Amino acid sequence: MHFLYLVFIDPFVQMGMAPDLLAQTLWEGLVSGVLYALIALGFVLIYKASGVFNFAQGIMVVFAALTLVGLYAAGVPALLALALTVAVMFVLAVAIERLVLRPLVNRPDIILFMATFGLTYVLVGMGELVFGGDTKQMIAKQLYLPSGAIDLAMLGGRVTLQKLDIAAAIIASVMVAALAVVFQYTRIGRALRAVADSHRAALSVGISLNQIWVIVWFAAGIVALATGIMWGARSEVSFALEVVALKALPVLILGGFTSIPGAIVGGLIVGLSEKLFELYWGPLMGGGTEAWFAYVVALIVLLFRPHGLFGEVIIERI
Amino acid sequence: MSLRWTSLAACAALMIGLALPAFAADQLYIPLFSYRTGPFAGSGIPIADGMHDYLTMLNERDGGIGGVRLAIEECETGYDTKKGIECYEAVKGKNPVVVNPWSTGITLALIPKAAVDKVPILSMAYGLSASALGNTFPWIFNPPDTYWDGLSVLVKQIAATEGGFDKLKGKTIGFIYLDAPYGKEPIPLLQQLAAKYGFNVKLYPVAGAEMQNQSSQWLNVRRDRPNYMIMWGWGAMQPTAVKEAVKTGYPMAHFYSVWWPGEDDVRGAGPGAKGFRNLNWHGVGANFPALADIRKFVVDKGMSKVPKDKFGEELYDRGVYNSVLITEAIRVAQKLTKTKVVTGADVRRGLENLDLSAARWKEIGLPDFANSLALSCADHNGHGNLFVQEWDGAKWVKVSGDLSPMNDVVEPLLAAAASEYVGKNSGWPKRTEACDHTS
Amino acid sequence: MFYREVGQYRTSYRADMAIFPILQDRIGLLVILAVAFVGLPLVGGSFFLDVVATPFLIYALAAIGLNLLTGYTGLLSLGTGGFMGIGAYACYKLTTWFPGVDIVVWILAGGFAAAAVGALFGLPSLRIKGFYLLVATLAAQFFLQWAFERIPWLYNNNVSGTIEVPTRTLLGLPITGATATPVTRYEVALCIVVVLTWLASNLVHGRIGRSWMAVRDMDIAAELIGIRLLPTKLLSFAISSYLCGVAGAMLVFLWYGSAEPSVFSIDLSFTILFMVIIGGLGSLLGAFLGAALIHVLPIVLRGVPPALGIDIASSTVEHLNLMIVGVLIILFLVAEPFGLARLWQTGKQKLRVWPFPY
Repeated sequence: MHFLYLVFIDPFVQMGMAPDLLAQTLWEGLVSGVLYALIALGFVLIYKASGVFNFAQGIMVVFAALTLVGLYAAGVPALLALALTVAVMFVLAVAIERLVLRPLVNRPDIILFMATFGLTYVLVGMGELVFGGDTKQMIAKQLYLPSGAIDLAMLGGRVTLQKLDIAAAIIASVMVAALAVVFQYTRIGRALRAVADSHRAALSVGISLNQIWVIVWFAAGIVALATGIMWGARSEVSFALEVVALKALPVLILGGFTSIPGAIVGGLIVGLSEKLFELYWGPLMGGGTEAWFAYVVALIVLLFRPHGLFGEVIIERI
Repeated sequence: MSLRWTSLAACAALMIGLALPAFAADQLYIPLFSYRTGPFAGSGIPIADGMHDYLTMLNERDGGIGGVRLAIEECETGYDTKKGIECYEAVKGKNPVVVNPWSTGITLALIPKAAVDKVPILSMAYGLSASALGNTFPWIFNPPDTYWDGLSVLVKQIAATEGGFDKLKGKTIGFIYLDAPYGKEPIPLLQQLAAKYGFNVKLYPVAGAEMQNQSSQWLNVRRDRPNYMIMWGWGAMQPTAVKEAVKTGYPMAHFYSVWWPGEDDVRGAGPGAKGFRNLNWHGVGANFPALADIRKFVVDKGMSKVPKDKFGEELYDRGVYNSVLITEAIRVAQKLTKTKVVTGADVRRGLENLDLSAARWKEIGLPDFANSLALSCADHNGHGNLFVQEWDGAKWVKVSGDLSPMNDVVEPLLAAAASEYVGKNSGWPKRTEACDHTS
Repeated sequence: MFYREVGQYRTSYRADMAIFPILQDRIGLLVILAVAFVGLPLVGGSFFLDVVATPFLIYALAAIGLNLLTGYTGLLSLGTGGFMGIGAYACYKLTTWFPGVDIVVWILAGGFAAAAVGALFGLPSLRIKGFYLLVATLAAQFFLQWAFERIPWLYNNNVSGTIEVPTRTLLGLPITGATATPVTRYEVALCIVVVLTWLASNLVHGRIGRSWMAVRDMDIAAELIGIRLLPTKLLSFAISSYLCGVAGAMLVFLWYGSAEPSVFSIDLSFTILFMVIIGGLGSLLGAFLGAALIHVLPIVLRGVPPALGIDIASSTVEHLNLMIVGVLIILFLVAEPFGLARLWQTGKQKLRVWPFPY
């Protein structure tokens, strides 16, 4: 009986008793949801246009952040370092297209997935070799990112909103909106959608697959850079960040592999539910539930909708 | 085709490599298990630098120890048990005089092998706390303090801040830790002390994969409002924890940690981290003759990987301390066996008869660097005094006197843990190594 | 010329359907077994057996397990690490409850616990397919790893949270624990792996294997011809997890000597998946070849600079190692996306008709 009370009644009682903490938790959940969505956005971009599930997205985030911090540490002024990092991500996109995607065109999906694994190893090794394995601080101040917090006295207590988190949310929304506009209204966007539909048909109407892939990996690289800056500013830049990228998988499940707004929605759902569960039900299980909760939620969603909440239903024919 | 030839060539190279003789005979081989890669590299790199540089300095300045040069070789483990075992197997055949695993996981894997392979394991202030009992673990050493000593000192310090042990009743101590055997080890002692003195304990585990994502744990802290927080972290967990604590407004003066955070771990949190406290047992900084020698003979000659501004920081100096233990043990071993090229078994005796007095510290160029340390056959730890240091925004400042561990609580726990280990590992050999009386 | 099949007639269906119909293949297999059982322990030193050979066998067994699931049944899974952990912890609990019973019995029995859990986590595979199933198995992996840390009963309330392997003997020789010699542990591992490979081989060449392959190729069509999907898929999960569980128990008892939960992390799952894909999906030989490449290659690469006398810092070697492995994986996938097993098949086909081109 007491156990049932603890599971079903007590958490809501706690929520009611400390509404400011609930508001803070919801805010933290939203912020981490936005950050997960940023990582998922990179996945979606690449999957949409080239059908490749890019496992290397996580390490691209770390690599972009490391390049930025490394250039700054070498004496390059912050904004110039940012521009140079964008250029580096472009070079990376071109290299990946030439060396990994072009030779593997038309192979089964699992082979391309494995190739991105190989890419992960290469980027991890190269990143550690060039920049060193120690933890670094993101140059948030030099990039004109705000710091400090806004303390709101509300709901009988205190809700603190970090200015950096607000900036992250705004930047993420701007990026999503920009991407959605590009995909919907520009020629390149239409070409990207055509390639996502069918490579052969796109080729037959004269769309250069290679160019499209470079563009899309470059866009994913920009998203990775933005994600790296945000995550790095919140905690710090180290290779431990790469594992957090795995969390984007449940986001993709919920949002669908090919939907950009779905990535945001999925990210928010995952972030919110994770934080709420950990804070109110976590202590019953000894804590640390964030390691697996998002995946279990994704699993349960999949049981009811096997293609995710917003994913395309794949029709199988015999 | 070319892949096949490349791999064939590599195989041939490996065969040749394995067949080559180990190394020059009159050298002392010291493998350094380090991690300059992976999520714990932030903590591992300065320690590896410190250890490497002190040993190299002895080579360059004195020509080694007792005239025998030291062969130093780093083996990259990435804090991974599998690679640690591989490093151990690779160095086993080269007659290492001591092995420093620098990971509790690797230490636990190597403990049963040490006695069989006759290689002493020096797990300085980490590893299995029970290995302090030399009669059960003759080949394992963990000076100068166990984790239980450290925790008892922290509780003592908290009690002192409150005005006495009786004032602890009803208070709450939060324990945020890495969800790994290293982080979980102090919990039984914490709960025992909580039962004894009447305070509550709240546990906040941080999974290894979630080290940079600690906002949930700190939301919990905000809800529970523990009077004091104790952190038991490593690697990337520490700077994130300090940052989150600052963000959530937890009073730094009540935030303690075990001896592992270095300057880098608090620096990133900015000015809000002022007042963060951790334990230590040795001095910090480059203001010692030995460190000046390291700078002269190693760093300035380009033989060190340490960045100029990280020279002399806390974890670097800790690496130096570890190397001092190794080299002093070698010296004692040389004296005991009256030979110069000592083996692992000799260095085991050297460690057991280690006697680092204040005068000796001065002699080796580290005056007042640390307290004196004397090990014995039964005591492989020393249970030395610790002190609390505080971050003032730019450096660590000592804010307490010498605090001794609560031996009356820790010793029965050690005995119980040791007998539990022996009970669970049927066939654990009784000690057969003789005990020297120091000469 | 090597495969002179002249004079080898098969006069019954049974002979024709044998797994190794050609005499040279059978001789080759016997030679390999002889080298493995007798030759390698004689020639290889303790480093070779402890660091290269025994782990290779353990990884190969886990790769066979995953290959049955992913290669033969087409169900992608990243839960391998968790299932291996279940096998290891189950074996540990069994041997602490009944220390007198032979440890090999408990290693084989620990797999059954893994099979049960594997079947449980395999239930969603009826509804979920492809990459989505991958994410569902990730739930299994992370939940199991969390459970290993959080449930003290699993590690006998050990203060250090790890499981230490007690010394156990077989026929008077210690085979686990610190006193077990590398040769003993290697031979025990080899025996277990040989027997289980033989079992797996019989499975995939029989009715069950064919039903798995039918499910892999097109599960709707398979259902139409009368293969019941639920039992088939669950059986695949169960048997695959059994093999992974035994491999996990061997990992702890015959190789590491102790284990903490981080041993069975997502990295282990990825490593085994690599081995399966590089080795070749749907091929038992591929599991062995993939395990050899992925496990042995980094060790060889680490040994090259000291062998050539080049003085590079070990961390730099590690970084270069990672990069080289990554580049090789990509090169490999470009050259032969169906894995090493396909390379071997092509090579063998050419050998069979050599010196003629076809």
